[in-house]
Amino acid sequence: MATGSLAGEKDERSLGFQETELRLGLPGGGSGGEGDVGKNSGKRAFAETIDLKLKLQAAGDTKDMAAALKMKRSPSQMSIAASATDPEKPPAPKAQVVGWPPVRSHRRSMLAVQSEKPSKEDGERPAGSLAAFVKVSVDGAPYLRKVDLKMYRSYQELSMALQKMFSSFTSVSSSCGSRGTNGGDSMNEGKLVDLITGSEFVSTYEDKDGDWMLVGDVPWEMFVESCKRLRLMKGSEAVGLAPRGMEKCKNRS
Amino acid sequence: MREERSDMSEDEDGGGGVEQKERWGPSHGGGGGGCGSAKSRGGVWTDPPPPFSDQVLENVLENVLQFLVCRRDRNAASLVCRSWYRAEAQTRGELFIGNCYAVSPRRATDRFRRVRSVVLKGKPRFADFSLVPLGWGAHFSPWASAMATAYPWLERICLKRMSIADYDLSLLAFSFPFFKDLTLICCDGFGTLGLAVIAEKCRHLRVLDLIEAYLEEEEEDEVVDWVSKFPQTTTSLETLGFDCVVSTVNFEALEALVARSPALRQLRVNHHVTVDQLFRLMVRAPQLTHLGTGSFGHPAALALQGDVMEHDADLVSAFAASKSIVSLSGFRDVASQYLPAIYPVCANLTTLNCSFAEITADELKPVIHHCHNLQKFWVLDTVRDEGLQAVAATCKDLRELRVFPLNATEDSEGFVSDVGLAAISQGCRRLRSILYFCQQMTNKAVITMSKNCQELVVFRLCIMGRHLPDHLTKEPMDEGFGAIVMNCKKLTRLAVSGLLTDKAFGYIGKYGKSIRTLSVAFAGDSDVGLRYVLEGCPKLQKLEIRDSPFGDPALLSGIHQYYNMRFLWMNSCKLSIRGCNDVAQRLPRLIVEVIRDRPEADDETVEKLYMYRSLAGPRNDAPPFVMIL
Repeated sequence: MATGSLAGEKDERSLGFQETELRLGLPGGGSGGEGDVGKNSGKRAFAETIDLKLKLQAAGDTKDMAAALKMKRSPSQMSIAASATDPEKPPAPKAQVVGWPPVRSHRRSMLAVQSEKPSKEDGERPAGSLAAFVKVSVDGAPYLRKVDLKMYRSYQELSMALQKMFSSFTSVSSSCGSRGTNGGDSMNEGKLVDLITGSEFVSTYEDKDGDWMLVGDVPWEMFVESCKRLRLMKGSEAVGLAPRGMEKCKNRS
Repeated sequence: MREERSDMSEDEDGGGGVEQKERWGPSHGGGGGGCGSAKSRGGVWTDPPPPFSDQVLENVLENVLQFLVCRRDRNAASLVCRSWYRAEAQTRGELFIGNCYAVSPRRATDRFRRVRSVVLKGKPRFADFSLVPLGWGAHFSPWASAMATAYPWLERICLKRMSIADYDLSLLAFSFPFFKDLTLICCDGFGTLGLAVIAEKCRHLRVLDLIEAYLEEEEEDEVVDWVSKFPQTTTSLETLGFDCVVSTVNFEALEALVARSPALRQLRVNHHVTVDQLFRLMVRAPQLTHLGTGSFGHPAALALQGDVMEHDADLVSAFAASKSIVSLSGFRDVASQYLPAIYPVCANLTTLNCSFAEITADELKPVIHHCHNLQKFWVLDTVRDEGLQAVAATCKDLRELRVFPLNATEDSEGFVSDVGLAAISQGCRRLRSILYFCQQMTNKAVITMSKNCQELVVFRLCIMGRHLPDHLTKEPMDEGFGAIVMNCKKLTRLAVSGLLTDKAFGYIGKYGKSIRTLSVAFAGDSDVGLRYVLEGCPKLQKLEIRDSPFGDPALLSGIHQYYNMRFLWMNSCKLSIRGCNDVAQRLPRLIVEVIRDRPEADDETVEKLYMYRSLAGPRNDAPPFVMIL
């Protein structure tokens, strides 16, 4: 039953994030304050990290865009026009739609599990699709979702999908997000903001070692391989992640 | 794959069960205290017959009605008069509830007092594709509690798409001393602990069958060794299926269990069981009829050692000794040199499921060449059109074919096409059911199938790329699907895909008079499409639609139909709250659930709609993201 998994989430919440006055800050105690979370300059000490910021459109924009698209395009399809607003990026690849093609999650994950073992004697890896289902929770949202990370090819695609799924609890803030120093995959404007408290969300994930990391630290493929669970945390709770992310990056490279 | 459990397949006839569909209509206020149907006919009897003869009649009737098995016949019998209603209620042995929210557990157990077998279905089918958020509902607990007190003699429970807690399984195990058969299809919420309790406490267990269940994720130290919990004496186990269980099982315990289960006929192991281990099990159980082979390969470490050859010979002899095998599945990590081991049983096979095995046409051909009696074949598209041609050449008695995609993404390469479909239609004239995933299709191939395969009952074609037309003519796929509904007079289930205009729906509405289940995705131009279907298909029971431009006017055009249906699901269409409210007001016995991603009151659009008839009223376990209008 779902309550079981929610309870599990609550336990994880208490892992290392006990005190609400801890703030996300630079290692060595740099600038504090929740307000700094909104400013990219203070948040990251390392240039190579990519911050996952979810780009949201106001509800009205979504409707307009849907109308602008052809009649046959369905509302649940990710809006390709989203990337059109950012002239710096190449056109986004066609985003995957939830639950299409209609293959049961069971089958997708079974094929994934068995593909983890080398199944051919001659060492050939089958050209299989490896599903990577992870639970996604948003602090304050009453329900979890599961997403298949293999359905997406970049942080941007993932962010669009998450935005779609959890748009009821969040809205875009007008703070100026920085473009980031890494030209790689996504840097979107705006930050995910909780409607109720106004505090911002930070995207984090639990990796295979059980550590909670900031999303965007590592190249996309590595992220998909190591991510076990996703959580959009309230900014006030996302503390102490940055240094660890840094260390792990260093350890891997 | 369960040949016997035709009532649980997606293709079974809908309707019936506790709801009597003839009684549903907007003008009926619904039954009073009882289930309503017989009472509303009470006016026919002006002089009540004398009580004595009434009792005699009922006793006689009960004895006769014992033999009536089909639930539709039973539903019809219960409508004759009060006496028949009572007699039927007393003698119904199997209770089928197609939608767990259509009736309250209490009401069902009050009416049917002597039930031994319960079949219960929960979530809408689109939940399998992650379209229904976790925690939506379909909890087994209230049913478990009601049945625990009402049916102490209960022997069999079959659940599909229900959320079951370990506690519920424990309740079953302790409440039903004669419990024999537990079959769980696409269920979730429970884990190895629940299985352990069942194994330990149900001493008369004959069937424990887990089909595509999603067990709860458990850490290493949480996994319970449930296989060891079966009674240490000779068991009455006939069926043990756990191929979907992700955690490893204690193999020594499993082997010992199989050795002391002389009645075992069906065994489906999970992918952790290697081919060596499978051999040992087969030696213990040469009487098996259905075998799920697990990995059918070696873990990588063993594969490097030189003892592979011995196993080959052993394995062949094991299959040769298993003269009763008619069904094979598993092949999760199949190492192709082991495939020939199954040759001794191929000629007897009626079912072969290698849909998790990434085999090529060349690997398939020598196997399929022996399978003259095959009726059900599930395969991955890696065998390509060429592989399907080989199937068509040999399997003349094929009834059901499912071709699954290796890469289930809409822009994947796609290994099978119209060529394979046409070949199958040429060779397998007795085909009744097909599920086919592809990237390229032509109207011509579909039309050919409609003409060659007149026995088709289920036609599900999934062209994975959205809105793809006929890849040769570039026309919509209207004519192909039109031919299917026109020519296949027995068709009851249809799933459409590809580029489709309202014309396709016109065909469905005009010719699809027997259709009970219809699945639509990314299709149609306007409200007219849905209207055609709702107005044209009188037998429609289950309608699931996604991402199609149907709005409120179309929804309203089906008002006359919704009480006859089990459910309607629509997501990402053009519905608004106003339209849904309209329907909810006009049909008081229809539960209209709007599953919201946006709780703002002023948002008019409806992202997900799930409507179903119910005698129970709005459910009280709806999570916050569900709004019941």
